Amino acid sequence: MHQMTLTELARGLKAGDFSSRELTTSLLDRIERLDGNINSFITVTREQALAAADAADAARAKGDDRPLAGLPLAIKDIFCTQGVRTSCGSKMLDNFQAPYNATVIEKLQAAGMIGLGKTNMDEFAMGSSNESSFYGPVRNPWDETAVPGGSSGGSAAAVAAGFAPAALGTDTGGSIRQPAAFCGITGLKPTYGRVSRYGMIAFASSLDQGGPMARSAEDCAHLLGAMAGHDLRDSTSVARVVPDYLAELDTPLAGLKIGLPKEYFGDGLDSEVESAIREAIKVYESLGAKVCEVSLPHTHLAVPAYYVIAPAEASSNLSRYDGVRFGHRCDNPVDLEDLYKRTRAEGFGDEVKRRILIGTHTLSEGFFDAYYRKAQQVRRLIRQDFLDAFDEVDVLMGPAAPTPAFDLGAKKDPVSMYLQDIYTIAINLAGIPGISVPAGFSGKRPIGLQILGQHFAEGQLLNVAHQFQQATDWHRRSPTDQETN
Amino acid sequence: MQWETVIGLEVHVQLATQSKIFSGASTAFGAAPNTQACAIDLGLPGVLPVLNEGAVAMAVQFGLAIDAEIPETSLFERKNYFYPDLPKGYQTSQMAQPIVGKGEVEIVLDDDVRKRVRIHHAHLEEDAGKSLHEDFHGMSGIDLNRAGTPLLEIVSEPDMRSAKEAVAYIRAIHAIVTYLGISDGNMAEGSMRCDVNVSVRPKGQETFGTRAEIKNVNSFRFVERAIEFEVERQIELIEEGGKVVQETRLYDPDQDETRSMRTKEEANDYRYFPCPDLLPVMLDSAYVEHQRSTLPELPTDKRNRFETDLGLSTYDAGVLSATRPMAEYFEAVLAVCGDAKQAANWVQGELSGHLNRENIDIRNSPVTPEQLGGLIQRVLDDTINGKAAKQVFAALWNNEGQSADEIIEARGLKQVTDTGAIEAIVDQVIADSPVQVAQYRDAEPEKRGKMIGYFVGQVMKASRGTANPQQVNSVLKQKLDEA
Repeated sequence: MHQMTLTELARGLKAGDFSSRELTTSLLDRIERLDGNINSFITVTREQALAAADAADAARAKGDDRPLAGLPLAIKDIFCTQGVRTSCGSKMLDNFQAPYNATVIEKLQAAGMIGLGKTNMDEFAMGSSNESSFYGPVRNPWDETAVPGGSSGGSAAAVAAGFAPAALGTDTGGSIRQPAAFCGITGLKPTYGRVSRYGMIAFASSLDQGGPMARSAEDCAHLLGAMAGHDLRDSTSVARVVPDYLAELDTPLAGLKIGLPKEYFGDGLDSEVESAIREAIKVYESLGAKVCEVSLPHTHLAVPAYYVIAPAEASSNLSRYDGVRFGHRCDNPVDLEDLYKRTRAEGFGDEVKRRILIGTHTLSEGFFDAYYRKAQQVRRLIRQDFLDAFDEVDVLMGPAAPTPAFDLGAKKDPVSMYLQDIYTIAINLAGIPGISVPAGFSGKRPIGLQILGQHFAEGQLLNVAHQFQQATDWHRRSPTDQETN
Repeated sequence: MQWETVIGLEVHVQLATQSKIFSGASTAFGAAPNTQACAIDLGLPGVLPVLNEGAVAMAVQFGLAIDAEIPETSLFERKNYFYPDLPKGYQTSQMAQPIVGKGEVEIVLDDDVRKRVRIHHAHLEEDAGKSLHEDFHGMSGIDLNRAGTPLLEIVSEPDMRSAKEAVAYIRAIHAIVTYLGISDGNMAEGSMRCDVNVSVRPKGQETFGTRAEIKNVNSFRFVERAIEFEVERQIELIEEGGKVVQETRLYDPDQDETRSMRTKEEANDYRYFPCPDLLPVMLDSAYVEHQRSTLPELPTDKRNRFETDLGLSTYDAGVLSATRPMAEYFEAVLAVCGDAKQAANWVQGELSGHLNRENIDIRNSPVTPEQLGGLIQRVLDDTINGKAAKQVFAALWNNEGQSADEIIEARGLKQVTDTGAIEAIVDQVIADSPVQVAQYRDAEPEKRGKMIGYFVGQVMKASRGTANPQQVNSVLKQKLDEA
C-alpha cells in the first residue's frame, strides 16, 4: 500500500480492498518503524488520524463517494492545524499550538482527507536542504547520506519513503520543486494567488505559495482541485474559477510548443542532470511536441533580486516573534529590550537570523532605493521575460536544480546554498506555476524535470507532466523497492 | 523680539466602523481586556489582513468633505518597529500613496475671522493596543482590544499661528467627522488624538524654526495649554541663547508642561515598504461620485445657510451648527414651528439650559424636537404666554404629558385674551388692594411704572398665569390712572 498513488488508493477504498483505518494504521506504523532515520515528521498525529479514518469509513459505508475521502496526507509544519503544534521548523514555535486551521487544511479536511502529521522543514522555510530545521536534518530516502532538498524536505521525503501517498508543501523560491526533484516525486507550485495563504506561516508574502507533492501528476491534479480557490481571508488569492484539472490530463501533446531557456542549460549545470533533461525532452518530441530554444535574458538577476525581496518581507513578517504573546520567550528578562534580544537570539537559528539581518538592512533608510526598489524593478523585468517567452511557446522546460541531491553538510557557504535555487527562484518572482517531475537518476539520486507555464496554466502543466508519466516510469520508482517487508 | 508661532497638526480620528480595519473583531469601546482581539489582531502566525471597505468609504467621504483630491490608487505600507502593544511588529499604514490628497478646512476664530487651513493629506492606518503600566507589580499589561481599530490620520500644513487657531482647527475637524458620522469624536475615549508640531520664529522671518512634536494630546484644552507652554519654552530657550532641538515631547496635564521623550537621533528607522498582504486600493470615479452622493450638508455650509437664509446671527448660526445632533434638533424644531428666531432661542435657551444642568446629550433629550416645535407654535399663535410656555416646557421635560397642547388643555394654561374677563379680574384686584392703589396714585408718574408690577403679579396670579400680560398691563394702567 505504501507505494500506491492516491488514485490507486482511492480505487482500493472504493472497492473495499482495505478500509481507511487499515490504510492509515499501516502508514502510521510504517512511520513509527522507519522515520527514525529519515526524520521527515516533526509531529505525528496518530489519534486524530485514526479518528478521522474511522469517520471516513463510516461515511463511506453510508455512501460518501468524495474522491479524496479517507486518503492520508502529510502536512508541512508551516500550515496551521488547530490544536496541533505548528512549529515551522523553529524553536521559536516549538510550543505553539495553532488555535485555528489554515484555509487549505479546512478545504482538505472538508474533502475528507486525513492528516497523518506535520512534516519537517527548513526553519521558517528558509533553506534548500532541510538542514536549518530546529528538529534536525531530514535524510533523503534514496540515499541517507544526501539531503532531501528544502524547504519542504520532510514532505518530499515522507512521500518518497512511503510514509504518505501525498503531502502539502510550500514554495517561496523552489521549496516544493527542488525537494520533489531530489526525492523523485512530483511537486507543483501553483500560480501566486491560486491557493490561499491564510494560515500558512509567512516567509515572504509576495512569493509564498502552497502546493501538492505526490507520486504522480494525476495525484497533484486531485489535490490542487481541492486546495485551490478564492479565499475571502486572503486578499492576494485570486477570484477565478478552479477548472477540473483531471479533465485536462489526457489532452494529447501533438503540436505542443516547448521552449528550452538557454540560460537554464549553462555553466554550473551537472552533466548527468543535463543529459537526463535532454532525454526527457526527447520523450516529448516522440509525443509530438515541437522544441525550440528561448531566452530569459534576466535570469542571472533572479537570485540577487530574490535575496533582497524575500529577506525584506521576512524581516517584517518575523517581527511578531517577540516573546510577548506566543512562542518562545527567554527566561527572566530584566527589561523589554532584554526580552526581545534574548527571545529572538535563542528562538531563531542562524539562517533565519541571517535573512532578518539582510532584510532589515535592505529596507533601511538610505538603502531602500538601491536594494528593495531596484529588486522590484528587476522583478518586473523577470516577469516580462516569461511573458515574452510564452508569446512563442506553450511551456518551458529545464532542470529543477543544477545538481542531484548533495551530501548532508556539503554546503557550508550560504551563497552556494542560495545558488541551488537558480532555476526555481525566477518562477516565484514572476508568479507563474511550475512543476517538477521525476526524470532519471544520477547514481541513486533522482533528477527532476521542471516544467513552467503561464499564469493559471496549472491544468496544462499537469497535462504535460501526466503525458510524460504515461510514457515513462521514473515516477513509479521507489527507494522502498528493495524492502523485504 | 516679536515671535511668531507656527503650528501643524496630525489628528488621528478613530473611524466608527463596526469591525476593525483588517479583521472582523468588534471595535466597541470599554470591553474587558483582550476580549475583542481575534487571531488577526493578535498577529498569530499565518493570519492575513483583509481591508474593511467601510473604512475606505469613510476616508473618501472625509476627503470629499475637505475638497481633497482622491487618488485612483492608494497603497498600504508597513511601518516596522517593536513595541509590546504592536502585535505584528509593524503597523499597517499608508505613506507614499495615501487615500486622501491635498485639501482645505475653514476655521472660524473668536472675532468671526475666517481662515483656511491646508490639509497635506489624510491616510488610513491601524491603531495599536494599549500598554498598562500600573497594577502589574513591575510588569506591564497589554490590552489588544484597540489593536486594529481603523484610524484616519489627518495631516495639516503648518498653517496655524496660535494655540487658538489650532483649537479652532481641531474643532472644525471634529465637526466634519461627526457630521459625516465617520467618528463619534469622543476625545475622552481616545476617538480623536492629536500630535502637535510647534515651532517659533522671529516675526517676518520666512524660514521655519526647528519644531518639537508633542505626541498624543487628547483634549481641546490640553492642545491649547500644551502649545502655550511649548511656545513659551522655545522662546525662552532661544532668548537665553539656546537652540530648539527636533524632538518628540509629551504633554503632562498634571504638571501642565511638556517633557522630552526622544530626540531625532534616537528616532526609529521605520523601514516602510509596501505591505505584500494587501492589494493597492483602486477607486474609480463612479465609486467616488457615489460616496459624494451620500454626503450630508457640512458644518460650514450649514452655518452659512443658517446665517444667510434663516437670518440668524453669526453667533447663533455658529452654536447651532457646531455639532450635527444640535443642528438636526434645531432644524427639526424649525420644521414644526416655522420660526427660526424662536426655534434658535428655545434650543439655545430653555433646552440647552436643562440639558447642561442635567448633563444630558441633545440626542437623548427628554423633550423631542416635535414637542418643542409644538410648544413654540402655541407661543406664536398667542395660545399661551411666555410664562405658561416655561411651565409647559418643564412638564414636557418631566414627561408629564405627550404634547404642549395636551398639557395646556389639562392645566388650563390657555391665555385669556377676552378683555371683559381681564377687566373683571383687574377690578377685583384693585378693590382688594386699597393701600397699594392709594400709594400708586400718590406717586410721581415716573415712579408708577415700577409700582404697576405688583398689580400685574396679582392679576396673573388670580388668572393662574393665563392672562395675556400685555392686555393686563394696559387695562391696569387705564384703570389705575383714570381716577
